Amino acid sequence: MDTLENLRAVAQDPYGYARNIQATESKPILGYFCSYTPEEIITAAGAIPFRLFGTREDISRADAHLQSYCCSLVRGGLEDALTGRLNFLKGAVFPHTCDSIQRLSDIWRLNAGMALHFDAVLPVKLTTESARNYMIAVLNDFRSELEQGLGVTISDEALYKANHTCNRIRELLGHIYAFRSQNPSQLKGSDIYYIMKAAMVMDREVLVEQLAHLWADLREKGGEAPPTDRKRVLLSGGICTLPDIYTLIEDAGGEVVWDDLCTGTRYFEGEVRETGDPVEAIAERYLSRMVCPAKHKGMSVRGEHLSRLVREQQIGGVIFLFLKFCEPHGFDYPYLKACMDRAGVPTLLLEVEEQLPAEGQLRTRFETFIDMLE
Amino acid sequence: MSDPGQGADPEKERRKIKSVQKMKEIMTNYYIEAKGAADTGKKVAWITSGGPVEPLIAMDVIPVYPENHGAMIGASKMGVELCEKAEEMGYPRELCSYARSDIGCSITGGGPIGGLPEPDFLICCNNICGTVMKWYEVASRYYDVPLFILDTPFTHREFPPAAKQYVIDQIYEYIEFLERQCGRKMDYDRMQEVGRLSVEGLRLWQAVLDSGAHKPAPMTAFDAFFHLALIVTLRGTQEAVDYYRQLRDEMQERIEQGIGMVPNEKYRLLWDNLPVWYRTKWLSEKFAAHDACLVGDTYTSAWSGVLPYIDENNFLESMSVAYSQVYINVSLDIMIDTLRRMIDKYDVDGLVMHSNRSCKPYSLGQYDLQRMVMEELKIPTLVLEADMVDERSFSESQIETRIDAFMEILKS
Ligand code: SF4
Ligand code: SF4
Ligand code: SF4
Repeated sequence: MDTLENLRAVAQDPYGYARNIQATESKPILGYFCSYTPEEIITAAGAIPFRLFGTREDISRADAHLQSYCCSLVRGGLEDALTGRLNFLKGAVFPHTCDSIQRLSDIWRLNAGMALHFDAVLPVKLTTESARNYMIAVLNDFRSELEQGLGVTISDEALYKANHTCNRIRELLGHIYAFRSQNPSQLKGSDIYYIMKAAMVMDREVLVEQLAHLWADLREKGGEAPPTDRKRVLLSGGICTLPDIYTLIEDAGGEVVWDDLCTGTRYFEGEVRETGDPVEAIAERYLSRMVCPAKHKGMSVRGEHLSRLVREQQIGGVIFLFLKFCEPHGFDYPYLKACMDRAGVPTLLLEVEEQLPAEGQLRTRFETFIDMLE
Repeated sequence: MSDPGQGADPEKERRKIKSVQKMKEIMTNYYIEAKGAADTGKKVAWITSGGPVEPLIAMDVIPVYPENHGAMIGASKMGVELCEKAEEMGYPRELCSYARSDIGCSITGGGPIGGLPEPDFLICCNNICGTVMKWYEVASRYYDVPLFILDTPFTHREFPPAAKQYVIDQIYEYIEFLERQCGRKMDYDRMQEVGRLSVEGLRLWQAVLDSGAHKPAPMTAFDAFFHLALIVTLRGTQEAVDYYRQLRDEMQERIEQGIGMVPNEKYRLLWDNLPVWYRTKWLSEKFAAHDACLVGDTYTSAWSGVLPYIDENNFLESMSVAYSQVYINVSLDIMIDTLRRMIDKYDVDGLVMHSNRSCKPYSLGQYDLQRMVMEELKIPTLVLEADMVDERSFSESQIETRIDAFMEILKS
């Protein structure tokens, strides 16, 4: 099986992948929901950080714990935990993010019956010295809790190594993204989606090898393909768990060439310094990388960042994508849209409920939108 | 309300809380002063309800609470119209209705008091939710004024030393921020005095709320919702202390005279979450018609609930730690402890939970709390799905049916 196909297979059945690992290796798997989860520390502890994306199955158990007004990620994640679909997890890690995840952590700890549970209550503002000190302290505490929970020692050497591995993964993902942006006909949008999804669940030691292969393959193929006349689109928002939309956008004459998603560029942006204190280095990446809207780094950073991406990647239109009931993204939307309006970039808003809207309806919306683009 | 045309019913008159008038006066004067700040040269700061207001009082800054404003909007039934304004601007309907209605008000200058006075700067403490941070970012961009964020880590199982240090560091950053904004130094003697008044006010407020433990209760949670405004808005002033002393004394008199707020108090209930501002009267009458009295609530006691953490001799630093421990900045396990204590103290027969669509940190997890209360404490519970300001999320017939059914269980 070629590398891409392998990654695709993992992304299409991440739980199957995890169960297989569990059956054949002794590596513990820890679930997580958010890109502020210090994967480096988990990797250094010899465990696998496994991102959870919620479920697309019917909800049967989570509704007894959650009202109708929480996002589908929180509801779907809990559903999978309660129905035993996540039995391969040794535990879960909750960094502080939004109000809903914060409560999910409690509900999960009280009901999911997992052996381990970690809360890493990271600072919300990322602009001050005291926040930096606090962030480092939280990460150090997490390191000790993890050592205790898993019964291992996390040496500085192991951390350096994990920092290096994760840096390499981010670097390769960055290359692959750039390649796709320049040669959209050589690598499909939905493949980027699968690669990212696989990257967030796979054993990082194995992943780094596979990405290196994939990157070598792509480079060999090179940018020989003729440029397409599809309109260049950027996705901006929270998580994206919907491979179908890449295809739908392509069918409508567009091409997702870049994103500002936490399951996309925000995941691989920034580098962890490989010298000095390894935990401080992890903290510094969080402080310097592009913020998610649940964190604070000044009033205009996200708008400026989006405007820069649009210029750099020659984007014709932006599709805002976030889950219904998501407060952090909902509050930022009018401001980000205004930034795009000022720059003359057309935008489309897609608030996603548990399921995507009917395909026909989406198709029409995308077609109308893409027809508008220059 | 007494029936016009007939003389006032003396029984009803006797049950009315006399301090209400004074409270209205104080709030009116406060808003007049705040709205006239531009003429008096005083600075205006917007601050979140859980935020440390005391340093503002000590610096002679007028604190303005958008959430209190949101409550007024709700109570005057203007919520839907203003929320819709914000929705037209692109703010999703799923966002907190305080934020939506207030944003709507900023743009239109509408609402019950013609909009809030514009802020010179903003103080946001996220001990109540992450929502306020996003909301204040919006305000900071809109009014183009600086924003100070006091980041108070959530307690899941413990509040570690690093978190304590972090909030203490921020108190000094907060004061520096104020000094910069006001162009003068903090007077620490004054600060000490404000701290003392704050603690005194909080104790008196707690004493007012404690009076609900008496049978019959001289006041209900609906009264507490109304009298709460000063402990939020003017905490740390002599005025608040004087007012709550008067109110506490009035409650003591009522207890001595055996005056209960609900004529035939038979069932005692505890309320959880924010009020349904546009339906307080309706709900209060609905419960009273069943001889049920809401004798206490988790919301209005959240402010004084942190008193045990405050050290008067080290007010500033202990305040920052204390305010990090407010009722909704802690895990469900810690919340259930508080609920258990309150259920015991007020000797209640049932728990009424407002599942408030607007407020995720307060409401998500309620179903688990509900289960714990029923299993451990064996008291009946009722969950009402609604929203504090946005009437579109209130279904009268459904809520009525649920209350009636719940009361049947209590009566059987
Ligand atoms: S949007 Fe923010 S809070 Fe949500 S998963 Fe991404 S980084 Fe975490
Ligand atoms: S989608 Fe939004 S509401 Fe849901 S977990 Fe992520 S940040 Fe929170
Ligand atoms: S109602 Fe809840 S979400 Fe809204 S501002 Fe208050 S605490 Fe925050």
